[in-house]
Amino acid sequence: MESQIILLIFILVLSIFLGIELITKVPSTLHTPLMSGANAISGITLVGAILSSGSSEIVTITLGTAAVFFASINVVGGYLVTNRMLGMFKKK
Amino acid sequence: MDITILVNLSYIAASILFIAGLKMLGSPDTARRGNAFSSSGMLLAVLITLLDQNIVDYRYIAGALVAGSVVGYFAATKVKMTSMPEMVAIFNGFGGIASLLVGSAEYVSGTFDNPAFLGAIFVTVLIGGITFTGSIVAYGKLSEIISGRPFLYKGQQFVNGLIVLSILLVGANMLFIQGFISAEQTLMLLLALAFLLGILFVIPIGGADMPVVIALLNSFSGLAACAAGFVILNNVLIVAGALVGASGLILTNIMCKAMNRSLANVLFSGFGAVTETSSDSSQEQGEVKPITAQDAYLILEAASSVLIVPGYGMAVAQAQHAVRELGELLEANGAEVKYAIHPVAGRMPGHMNVLLAEANVSYDVLVEPDDVNPIMETVDVCMVIGANDVVNPDAKDNESSPIYGMPIIEVDNSKTVFVLKRSMASGFAGIQNPLFFKPNTRMLFGDAKETVSTLVSEFKA
Repeated sequence: MESQIILLIFILVLSIFLGIELITKVPSTLHTPLMSGANAISGITLVGAILSSGSSEIVTITLGTAAVFFASINVVGGYLVTNRMLGMFKKK
Repeated sequence: MDITILVNLSYIAASILFIAGLKMLGSPDTARRGNAFSSSGMLLAVLITLLDQNIVDYRYIAGALVAGSVVGYFAATKVKMTSMPEMVAIFNGFGGIASLLVGSAEYVSGTFDNPAFLGAIFVTVLIGGITFTGSIVAYGKLSEIISGRPFLYKGQQFVNGLIVLSILLVGANMLFIQGFISAEQTLMLLLALAFLLGILFVIPIGGADMPVVIALLNSFSGLAACAAGFVILNNVLIVAGALVGASGLILTNIMCKAMNRSLANVLFSGFGAVTETSSDSSQEQGEVKPITAQDAYLILEAASSVLIVPGYGMAVAQAQHAVRELGELLEANGAEVKYAIHPVAGRMPGHMNVLLAEANVSYDVLVEPDDVNPIMETVDVCMVIGANDVVNPDAKDNESSPIYGMPIIEVDNSKTVFVLKRSMASGFAGIQNPLFFKPNTRMLFGDAKETVSTLVSEFKA
């Protein structure tokens, strides 16, 4: 258990550094699509929501199902609106 | 093959797709493909999770997935580009509440003997709750359902401190004491406090500081997902959440730097508090020189280089299409046309860029302050459309100004400045702008869209 937590913290720290490296290179023109795209990625919590929603306890199911609903708005809406915005960025 | 190995390999693949997708967002040419990469990573993660053997009932999952997707689809396809800040704000909130619910679901079905697990739940519910109500308030302010003014009251810091202290006590009860109040009560209390803190954290912040708030809430929605990853011990949540958290923090930092203010100053002092100390800055008023659109046209017609500086006023007046048309006519007339975008112009990072992209302005004519300030003397006409603080020369000349030190677009160094403005009322921050009184400045009063349209018809006539 402890070693697993340590491993996850290790992943966390590396991911933060990776995120900083990646995002620093995004030009200011794309900051809005970056935010909405990143927001869609934060909908990854959908994975946890699905597991809760599919359980057998009524309270867990209720909370999990609500979480699936909100997270899927976030994921579907976030990616679609990002795609819509990026489609408008054109160079002559 | 063992199913858990397959699941974990898929999570690694999903993480790679997220990272590659974010990397491709680094250039407008590859950005759309990057978004497709990122979304396929999400699809893979979701599909593989549905194979999990602990799932006993698919009905609720399917129902909520379909309902959420339909809502998300309509929200994304129907929203107007001018409403994008509200949209991003509310979506941040949905991400926060989803993580909060995941954390709560684990809490009510979990065991209470593991402090690491309980601590992760505590952080998830706390950040998720702040993100949710904070985003709702931000949404309300941006859509003007509630006033965009900074809301300050006496003892604000004290109340906030009291809430933070209560949250820490609840956390201590949750992790270590257990039994002072029941598990359900602990969760309810934590929820209530997190929601309250989210409201109180955003409500004092003024509309002009919203780019910082949205970027910060964006970061929080990622951190909440990341914390949820520690609750369910899932590495893809941690990787994806950390990427989003880092992204939001970088944007927050860029926004703060663009205003020369610290994050603490933006969050805790409200811009209203700053202006109190500078209410006497109106002493250096001079003569304001208004100009008619017809006369402005004559100057523009003779100009060989024009710099357009858009701000929130352009978004409010929905003038972006008219501006683009004017820009094209100026180019056809032989002028070089550029658009100078200040990082904090508008209500969210990149707001102006999206509006101009919607109006079909090529992104390679958009420039940043650093690119354009050194050559400002060579610019014949600067057209300031609905921007105010980002072109205020007080930021470099007047040490007593609250915005002193903020990097600006130095339009006052150009040969002629046109300021499109509804009236002489001072901007959102309530700071007087000496630009309006400079000898080379001409004021074009009226609705920005109408003024630009008049200029367009003058060119066509």
